[in-house]
Amino acid sequence: MLKESLFRFPKSLKRTNFHYCPGCHHSLVHRILCEVIDELNLRERTIGIASIGCACFIYNYIDVDMVEAPHGRSCSAGTGIKRARPDLIVFTYQGDGDFAAIGLGDSLHAASRSERITAIMINNTVYGMTGGQASPTTVIGQKTTTTPFGRKPEEQGYPLKVVEILSNFEGVAYAARVAVNNPKRVMETKKAITKAFLAQLEDKGFAYVEVLSACPINWKMDPVSATKYVDKLTEIFPLGVFRETF
Amino acid sequence: MTNRVLIKGVEAVALGALEGGCDCYFGYPITPQNEIPEIMSVELPKRGGAFVQAESETSAINMVLGASAVGKRAMTSSSSPGISLMSEGFSYLIALELPCVIVNVMRGGPGLGGIEASQGDYFQAVKAPGHGDGRFLVLAPASCQEAYELTAKAFELADRYRNPVMILMDAILGQMKESTVLKKLNIKSITKDDWALTGAKGREARIIKSLFLDSAELAERNLKLKKKYEQMEKEVRFESILDGNEEVLVCAFGSMGRIAKESVLKLREKGYRVGYFRPITLFPFPKKALSSIFEKNNSLKQILVLELNCGQMVEDVMISVCGKAEVISKFYPPSVLPFPEDIEREIKKCLRKVYFVSPKV
Repeated sequence: MLKESLFRFPKSLKRTNFHYCPGCHHSLVHRILCEVIDELNLRERTIGIASIGCACFIYNYIDVDMVEAPHGRSCSAGTGIKRARPDLIVFTYQGDGDFAAIGLGDSLHAASRSERITAIMINNTVYGMTGGQASPTTVIGQKTTTTPFGRKPEEQGYPLKVVEILSNFEGVAYAARVAVNNPKRVMETKKAITKAFLAQLEDKGFAYVEVLSACPINWKMDPVSATKYVDKLTEIFPLGVFRETF
Repeated sequence: MTNRVLIKGVEAVALGALEGGCDCYFGYPITPQNEIPEIMSVELPKRGGAFVQAESETSAINMVLGASAVGKRAMTSSSSPGISLMSEGFSYLIALELPCVIVNVMRGGPGLGGIEASQGDYFQAVKAPGHGDGRFLVLAPASCQEAYELTAKAFELADRYRNPVMILMDAILGQMKESTVLKKLNIKSITKDDWALTGAKGREARIIKSLFLDSAELAERNLKLKKKYEQMEKEVRFESILDGNEEVLVCAFGSMGRIAKESVLKLREKGYRVGYFRPITLFPFPKKALSSIFEKNNSLKQILVLELNCGQMVEDVMISVCGKAEVISKFYPPSVLPFPEDIEREIKKCLRKVYFVSPKV
């Protein structure tokens, strides 16, 4: 037992440097995703979909077949793949702008049709790649480059709570919100992503995992403060499994 | 036994797609092409294929993108406003080099326009299906038989060039019933083993992407696509009626071509020196073929271009003819459909002008 290695580099993770900013959580989620793909032995039958956002370069890091989809269209492209080849495993990796703004229609309808795909949404409450503009999940009072005086409900409305919406969908087999800002939560995220792939493997329905993530650069914070700030975000976006049908 | 049936143009498209080996159909309802998804929703599941009615045209085209990326023969169909919605997806499909077939049963525009016949989407189909520098291979049938055969062939052409192919037709052809022979066509299957995403089993993982931040790489990419469009010149198709003694050539495509052909044939019977030229591939446009007609025939002085729009294809004709003859544009905006007699009058006007300029008779 003692000889078992406690640290392994995931086989599906390419040995290269991430381009992400210091303190960004994308790389952590990439690693967790790769561990899950390895543990479920899915690498040779998985197709990943790269979306538009900071993680459009995901294909540089994850060693599976990947296709790039236009902004917001990952769940539709995923539908096309899964319907054409139901034997393949399909995941999307999207930001809050991609999944919940421009792509909300695609995302909700794929969930409603109960497409057997796994969707991962990185919720960092801003448009990271374009320089920190407000997104649908920007919280009340949050200053962004397009809400310079803070998000005001009377002007920009309220943050969109996606997992709460999806938890009411009959086509959804699994919906959870997690975070990766402490070791316990990293373990929980891995559990959630595993479950989200199992929903697909066991033909149960659409699976969704939302990961609250830090964007220190656009939050104008240092990495440590940003990681701590995720705790504050959990007061607005509570963590947990919101729907689990199997 | 000949399998002859009486079917609409859009039904011919659906049956042609099945003959061409279509595996997946994704679409959103819009008049006048709804028979295509209706037929596919019944026929594809029977054959182990996939049919999904999407929540919008933007979703439909991206479902096509997904199915094409994993190596399946995928298609969608729509009509003008729906085609506009798909534009971004078209650009990605071209850039990702993903084959697929797109059918546009044109209706009158701009905006919501009407559901009557129009050829108003010529520019969109031929010049700029999406942003960036991409092109479609565009086929324009003029009969139900041709709609059946060209749609089937479109799947082979799409796979050969790894590029979307568009079937451009209109409401007249789409909703008109004609006797059609459902021939067995020899549609070739082209291997996708070297690029399709099938899971990285026993090989390196594949990436299908269109993002090239390195400017040299992006330029190279564009030149590669450009070369492909040049290779498509091999696929140029057209129909012509010529004997070398014509003084006026009538040029029209699709439904308008049908009407024009009738006028030309009637006038030729009466001894008028008028020829007929119908491009079937709109991109690549049969430039060389058209130009060589004028090189070979010195008596040919005018080309009359007829269209169901406000004058679009005439620009390609001008480029092709390149000063070798006078180009006359006679156009009919959406919903104004000329009778063959109207066109005969237009041709006679041209002939009178030719005689006036160079009296030969």
